[in-house]
Amino acid sequence: MLALKNVEVVYHDVILVLRGISLQVPDGAIVALLGANGAGKTTTLRAISGILDVQNGKMTKGEVTLDGQRIDHLSASKIVKLGVSQALEGRRVLAELTVEENLRLGAHTNRRRLGENMDRVYGLFPDLKQRPKFIAGYLSGGQQQMLAIGRALMSAPRYLLLDEPSLGLAPMLVQEIRDIIVEINRQGTGVLLVEQNAGMALTVSSHGYILETGKMVMDKASAELLKDEDVREFYLGLHSGGDQIRSFAEVKQYRRKKRWLS
Amino acid sequence: MSLLQALLNGIALAAVYSLLAMGFVIIYKSMQVLSFAQPALMLFGGWWVVYFATTVSLNFYLAVLIAVVIAAATGLVIERVFLRPMVGKPVFAVAIMTIGLDLSIRVFAGNFYDVSPRSTGDPWGLNTFVFFGRLVINHRRVAAIVVAVAVLLGLLAFFRYSRMGLAMRAAAFDQEVALIQGVSVAAVFAISWALASVLATLASLFINPDLGSLAPTNYVLALKALPVVVIGGLDSIGGALVAALLVGIAEALTGTYQSHLTPYVGQNFSQVVPYLVMFVVLLVRPYGLFGTREVERV
Ligand SMILES: Nc1ncnc2c1ncn2[C@@H]1O[C@H](COP(=O)(O)OP(=O)(O)OP(=O)(O)O)[C@@H](O)[C@H]1O
Ligand SMILES: [Mg+2]
Repeated sequence: MLALKNVEVVYHDVILVLRGISLQVPDGAIVALLGANGAGKTTTLRAISGILDVQNGKMTKGEVTLDGQRIDHLSASKIVKLGVSQALEGRRVLAELTVEENLRLGAHTNRRRLGENMDRVYGLFPDLKQRPKFIAGYLSGGQQQMLAIGRALMSAPRYLLLDEPSLGLAPMLVQEIRDIIVEINRQGTGVLLVEQNAGMALTVSSHGYILETGKMVMDKASAELLKDEDVREFYLGLHSGGDQIRSFAEVKQYRRKKRWLS
Repeated sequence: MSLLQALLNGIALAAVYSLLAMGFVIIYKSMQVLSFAQPALMLFGGWWVVYFATTVSLNFYLAVLIAVVIAAATGLVIERVFLRPMVGKPVFAVAIMTIGLDLSIRVFAGNFYDVSPRSTGDPWGLNTFVFFGRLVINHRRVAAIVVAVAVLLGLLAFFRYSRMGLAMRAAAFDQEVALIQGVSVAAVFAISWALASVLATLASLFINPDLGSLAPTNYVLALKALPVVVIGGLDSIGGALVAALLVGIAEALTGTYQSHLTPYVGQNFSQVVPYLVMFVVLLVRPYGLFGTREVERV
């Protein structure tokens, strides 16, 4: 189990971004982490992967544990070796390098199984298999996202962290990414899926968390979240009111107001 | 002296510049630091060659091998002690820091040299190859070209095929991506300095191609690698090579012909040619011949 307990993160020593959040990803599960822009989703993943310091961020409270052992003081490279891998937000393929070189980089901590893992990734992404020598920067957006996920899988992680894999993709491709996440999970990898596309995330995951300005405001089985009216209104865009609603808290307030008025 | 002869000398000169320049570029690519310490590292590594080959009287190649190992270790230590704490500091501050390093290393190395040149103890002496009866090149220059080409091919293979080489390219391109894939960026920085230090040591063997000697004042010769990297574009190894050839040949041609054509500017005008070429190139292409456009300048 991968778990966060009361994690607090501060950037530049003053900007408090995560205000004591807790979250659990059981072995082999898919867990969704939802939230609006700037809620702190990416920051949460940075805290798990141990890359906050690059952004001048620091975990000031709480702990990250893997099977009960604390990993929050470890280097990013150790965390990858322990089996937690991440595909960063915005694909971030190495544009000047080939598809194969991008994948080889993913195997940096696990060179002995390079061939085996490469076969697995190529099995998941036949599009990539057809063009190993292709320069990554010339791939389509969807293919780049697949390369980014494939690269993260090259370390054969037990837990895969995905930061908005559906970002900027056409609905057809979002569907494809969704199926791939299911397949990756079926092969035994736990997934923590950060998404703004709540519809997609809640239909693949078993459990969902909703983060808002650094606090977990909801934590339920995904099926329940899908049925929750507040979630439907704000995250699935199904609300019917005319007012512009900017945050989940406002949705609640708005609903309360509506109830009171009627 | 014929034109061909000047070209040949220019290529040998380019070999030395490229060894120094590649060190600059490797450091620049991995940590965006313009290291002014390369000339000092050349004197430092070269001094160990002098020491083991002449004072201790070891076989020259063995002496070079030991010096290379010491140079690599020194690069690692310098990075760890002086550069690592500067990570994230302004580019300008770090560059100034390397100037300080350069001064300290030179003072340190200078104490061992005295002021007079010391022989590196190489086996090439005054032997020459003669082609077509007229074209003369001494063994040391041939060695310089052979070493530079071998090092270049070795580096290309390293960056292309090895795990760490790929990691270094990745870190140069996107540090956060390298980190998230488990690359130790600290190791990337350290290896860059070790490589640069080794390259500078190899350059020391050829910095005085006629004599095979080394003196603290040779610092000035090594400094000419700086215009070379600026011309090439700071972050391009290919660019550094082209620029090394350009500068080496321009300098050799000037050395050959200038004293007849324009005797009034003096004997050593060729020494400023690298800077002149840099000036002209920067006027036309401010980011160097092959540099990335947005590269920051110090
Ligand atoms: N490097 C940084 N330095 C300072 N503040 C930061 C940094 N990175 C993020 N923040 C701030 O932290 C907050 C949370 O950012 P984060 O990127 O974690 O949100 P997010 O939920 O991933 O948003 P998005 O959906 O837009 O990706 C934001 O207010 C952001 O401005
Ligand atoms: Mg984000």
